[in-house]
Amino acid sequence: MTPCEAIVMGCSAGGLVALERVLAGLDPALRQPIVVCCHTGSPDVSLLVELLHRHSRLPVTEARERERLQPGTVHVAPSGYHLLIEASHRFAISVDPKVAYARPSIDVLFETAAAVWHERLVAVLMTGANSDGALGLKAIRDAGGYAIVQDPATAEVDVMPRAGLDIAGADACVALDAIADALNRLCLS
Amino acid sequence: MDLEDIEIQLFVQAMRLRHGYDFSDYAPASLKRRVHQLVRTHDSGTVSRLVERLLHEEGFLPRVIEGLSVPVSEMFRDPPVFRALRDKVLPVLASYPEINIWQAGCAYGQEVYSLAILLEEAGLYDRTRIYATDFNDAALAVATDGIYPTREARDWSRHYIEAGGSQSFSDYYSARYDFIKLDQRLRRNVTFFNHNLVTDEVFCEAHLILCRNVLIYFSNGLQDRTLGLFRDSLVRGGFLCLGTRENIDFSPSAASFTHVDGALRIYQMGGSGTKALQR
Ligand SMILES: C[S@@+](CC[C@H](N)C(=O)[O-])C[C@H]1O[C@@H](n2cnc3c(N)ncnc32)[C@H](O)[C@@H]1O
Repeated sequence: MTPCEAIVMGCSAGGLVALERVLAGLDPALRQPIVVCCHTGSPDVSLLVELLHRHSRLPVTEARERERLQPGTVHVAPSGYHLLIEASHRFAISVDPKVAYARPSIDVLFETAAAVWHERLVAVLMTGANSDGALGLKAIRDAGGYAIVQDPATAEVDVMPRAGLDIAGADACVALDAIADALNRLCLS
Repeated sequence: MDLEDIEIQLFVQAMRLRHGYDFSDYAPASLKRRVHQLVRTHDSGTVSRLVERLLHEEGFLPRVIEGLSVPVSEMFRDPPVFRALRDKVLPVLASYPEINIWQAGCAYGQEVYSLAILLEEAGLYDRTRIYATDFNDAALAVATDGIYPTREARDWSRHYIEAGGSQSFSDYYSARYDFIKLDQRLRRNVTFFNHNLVTDEVFCEAHLILCRNVLIYFSNGLQDRTLGLFRDSLVRGGFLCLGTRENIDFSPSAASFTHVDGALRIYQMGGSGTKALQR
């Protein structure tokens, strides 16, 4: 299999608990940057970053525009802005209109990541109450990337993973507790 | 190079060679999304077909500019920023007999009216001139009218209160059907005009420049050029306010600015605070 160079993750309602669970299980030896887009509805993600930091053995920070993605680091999209990945492996942000009623939008993150890493990307779509992320996941699979969708039966809110499966399908549909292991297996060289 | 990127380059070339608009130093990922959005809006199918219209079709350019500009804004967006302008910046501006403010990238004008309200409440508006600029004429026309959908304005009175407003927000507009129209007296000291940050020069001596969420669309080189423009326009001790998630660490021109409030991205030209450029 092609080596994975980056991981992108999306979720909304129920996302905090799901992210805590996944990040807690990730192997600290992972060298890929991990980029997370989670709709929070609050004007600031610093609390989310702090909570995730407590559960993660990898460092967690808010993504900053123009900065380079860091290996083995979890970058969280700021609230109120779309987060995009440039071909230079740096972050960009925008205040373009909401996509799928969301800003940050998972679709925007996933589509720009797909254009950068093609088949060298792994995406995870988890719990959420809308269908943001489904089109992005499709773009990732069309470009040859690997898609993990949380088994809707294990999702706090199953609308988002269901939409993902309907529109994009998945390379793996796994229970919440098995997502970290799947990532470790795919991404540890 | 993949086909998509070739097409985007052709588009950028066509804009520059045919119309004199240079988007070559815009941040690529956003620009690409917007061009693809234009393709959908105009039902062109491909970027190359859009390029063809751009080259041959009379009157198509303004619609493309509109599509690339995306003037998304709100009144008192990020209320703590407007509160800080009220509490920390206006008291300093009050010492000038005449105050010039440049609002660059004013979009539909929401922040212009927000500023005018702040100044009015601080008793400074009558000696202030606001130069509100954008490169999108259609947005400037909307800004001049000051008419906004009620649906969008719903959050604005809460923002106004959080920004420390001392009146009632509803004193500043009249509501008609699905729209609100801002009190046109707020516009009395505003000059709206077309100015392109990529190609146009400094036109005034400013005491405050507000340019929020515009430089996020520029690559490092153009961001630096623009910050240089702001430095040249500001009086010594003048203020600069950017969007709350902007990063100027890669711009050599940022060395001319010091922090007034780092988290809120309010800077001062050559002030005595810590240097804005830390690298
Ligand atoms: C997202 S809006 C920012 C609105 C407002 N300042 C805010 O933060 O709410 C960005 C604006 O920048 C303008 N803009 C983009 N490139 C420009 C340029 N080269 N010269 C002047 N204005 C530009 C766009 O037309 C758009 O209205």
